[in-house]
Amino acid sequence: MNDDCDLLVVGGGPAGLAAATEAAALGIATVLVDEQATPGGQIYRAVERARAPSIERALGASYQEGAALVARFRESKCDYRPGHKVWQIDPDGRVFVSDGERASVIAARQVIVAIGALERPVPIPGWTLPGVMSIGAAQVLLKASGLVPREDVWIAGSGPLVWLFAAQLAAVGARPAGVLDTAPPGARWAALRHFAGAWTGREWLKRGLAYRQQVFGAGIPVITGVEAVEAMGDGRIAHVRYRVAGSWRDAAAAGLLLHEGVIPNVHMAMSCGVAHEWDARQGCLRARRDAFGRTNIERIAIAGDCAGILGAEAAALQGRVAAFGAARALGRLDEAAARGRARPLHDALSRQESFRGFLDTLFPPHPTLLAPSDDVVICRCESVTAGTIRAAVRTGSLGANQVKAFTRCGMGPCQGRTCGTVLMATIAQARGVSPADVEPIRVRPPLKPITLGELASLAQSEVDG
Amino acid sequence: MTREADAIVVGGGIHGLSAALHLARMGRRVIVLERRYAGRHSSGINAGGVRTLGRYLPEVALSLLSMAMWRSIVDLVGDDCGFHAHGFIRVAESDDDMEKLERRRAETRAMGFEHEELIERDELRRLCRTIAPHCAGGLIARDNGAADPYRTTAAFKRAAVSAGAEVIEGEGVIGIDREGERWRVRGARGSWLAPSVVNCAGAWAGEIAAMVGDVVEVGIRPSMMIVTERLPHFLDPVIGTVARKLSFKQTPEGTVLVGGGQRGIVNRSTEEARVDAANLARSAEAAIAIFPAMRGVRIARSWCGIEAQMADGMPVIGPSPRAPGVVHAFGFSGHGFQLGPIVGRAVAELVTSGSTALPIQELRVERTFR
Repeated sequence: MNDDCDLLVVGGGPAGLAAATEAAALGIATVLVDEQATPGGQIYRAVERARAPSIERALGASYQEGAALVARFRESKCDYRPGHKVWQIDPDGRVFVSDGERASVIAARQVIVAIGALERPVPIPGWTLPGVMSIGAAQVLLKASGLVPREDVWIAGSGPLVWLFAAQLAAVGARPAGVLDTAPPGARWAALRHFAGAWTGREWLKRGLAYRQQVFGAGIPVITGVEAVEAMGDGRIAHVRYRVAGSWRDAAAAGLLLHEGVIPNVHMAMSCGVAHEWDARQGCLRARRDAFGRTNIERIAIAGDCAGILGAEAAALQGRVAAFGAARALGRLDEAAARGRARPLHDALSRQESFRGFLDTLFPPHPTLLAPSDDVVICRCESVTAGTIRAAVRTGSLGANQVKAFTRCGMGPCQGRTCGTVLMATIAQARGVSPADVEPIRVRPPLKPITLGELASLAQSEVDG
Repeated sequence: MTREADAIVVGGGIHGLSAALHLARMGRRVIVLERRYAGRHSSGINAGGVRTLGRYLPEVALSLLSMAMWRSIVDLVGDDCGFHAHGFIRVAESDDDMEKLERRRAETRAMGFEHEELIERDELRRLCRTIAPHCAGGLIARDNGAADPYRTTAAFKRAAVSAGAEVIEGEGVIGIDREGERWRVRGARGSWLAPSVVNCAGAWAGEIAAMVGDVVEVGIRPSMMIVTERLPHFLDPVIGTVARKLSFKQTPEGTVLVGGGQRGIVNRSTEEARVDAANLARSAEAAIAIFPAMRGVRIARSWCGIEAQMADGMPVIGPSPRAPGVVHAFGFSGHGFQLGPIVGRAVAELVTSGSTALPIQELRVERTFR
């Protein structure tokens, strides 16, 4: 096989940009493919665009760190291919892409997968109603189009993004109906055990507390100790119901924005055979990898949040480390040189990791998010409820692939990206075992929907070529 | 756990489970040993085609008997298996293709088979409104159709278990030894004794045959499938073509299944099967050639299965000539799903009486010995 490039980086977020910039600086022929039209990923989406000063201030200082990362990437010699979705990746380093019209293949000697995180699905009653969306999606509208939600929109969930987003809304003068804080009150005390970790992460902690202060200061109502949230309405959301100290309350709502943290986007790595394991603390799957992000598949490395949630700064560090790993695998750096260059980055990473322990304890996934009640839809694409999943388990389908074949859960266009984790955890709960003991869904290409015409163009290009 | 039985079936695919069902209904104690889970490989993930159309001539009689069982599949397994009989058409795209179909029709008619019927352009258009205008006609079997493969395999398993069979999943066979008048079948966790062993191990049947002294070359067939997003209903029959590797059908859910035998990448020992995107592209090309409106339709997923492929493309069904009490049923070469109901009966008769009146003479294992 003729290799088209030495290194292919998938994803234009902090990990991918940092990896590609570092690799190109080492003289490695590097290609970066990314679905978006401009570099930055989700976290630094559209970071190069000029905005109104109020929006700019709202997005905050950390967003501006992204601008510097993107500028360095733009100056690098990396062959940047925006607007290309990766729909299949093979263990031999062949990466299949499409620009939306035509498909093509890039053969790489090394691949770094850096496709980031997904929002954890929030399967509550009514979450499929129009008017209910994720905070991540709402934030895309804010970053890309400057759109802010109307006044009678509720925000519900836990995790840093809830406070960041509410603070961003406050900064642009928007007044959501309120924040329903679902973090269990006890979690803050449990988090003190990770105090040492929090200490090294005090800068981040200060920033998080500042977001919370901005929300309170703006007079946005905050209801803490929320145990459950439901969206209600006929055809679209009209009310939210929420439970505090055992009693239900009701409020009118034109919209509900949900967020319960993010989980690694493991789909691409799983599809080419990278070994994964269940992370009980974060309630998700994560890839097994070494300190350089290298996996059991020789040509495939993994960096950033898709390998485990650590956030944007850690992702950039991991990207650079993965570039050194790729350089070593390509024979551009020897073992000692790769380790030497990575050492300060590894030190910085371990500080980030200890802070993550604190965050995980502060914002643990609620058990009902992983195994919701029977009437709640788990698979949005095929409208499969948790009850249907449990019934399939009772009739002897013990793994995710059997349940999928039986119920169509995970067979829709999202390919199980959204429901995969919840499916595993619900099966595990029904069987009385750990999700680690449940066989995950086998990922089937294409990783992103492409048309038959796009796929066929691959055959035609081979004939032409 | 039962350690002794009348028969041990190796392989929990549709054929092994059908054999177990028929044996259990005949009052025999039967144990199925399945390395993974029932329907893990081809049986659970094939295209679900239920066709007598275009079969190799030595299989036709058996296939027709199986079709009769499909028509009353509820009576056999207590579930309709998602079976719909909307016809199966092999489409001709040229005069050459049409001549081939006419010769085929003459051949089967000469043998006394009437299940295949030639249709002209207008009838083809009536049955498939959106088919490409160049399609000239076809050969149809009107009572053919398709079923849901995993649901079917699960139904055979349930029926076998309720008839008294024991299905042990997660138990791979690692050795078979003669012990007196019986066979000792050894797995990773236990061993079982029975006078009869049935080899329904699919792509891995060659290894099982070797354990009883039958050396059979079992090839491998890595077939790929594409399924699209859901579309409004536009097609009832299953479509194949004379000149392209294509099978094409719309499911009751509205998705379209595209198969036809383009090869993926498989590893028999690790049981991994991967899609070969370059080959898969040819399936997409063929689908668009026959149904041009499919060009803009999104693919939901694709996959590759591992299936046995015999050199002559026909299954092995029959007793071992050397190993007493051993019956083989494997090597279905990409068209075994429809034969499931009848093969189980043939195997059960061979196990219980040593012979069967069912038409399997030309499918016996001896033809593969050199």
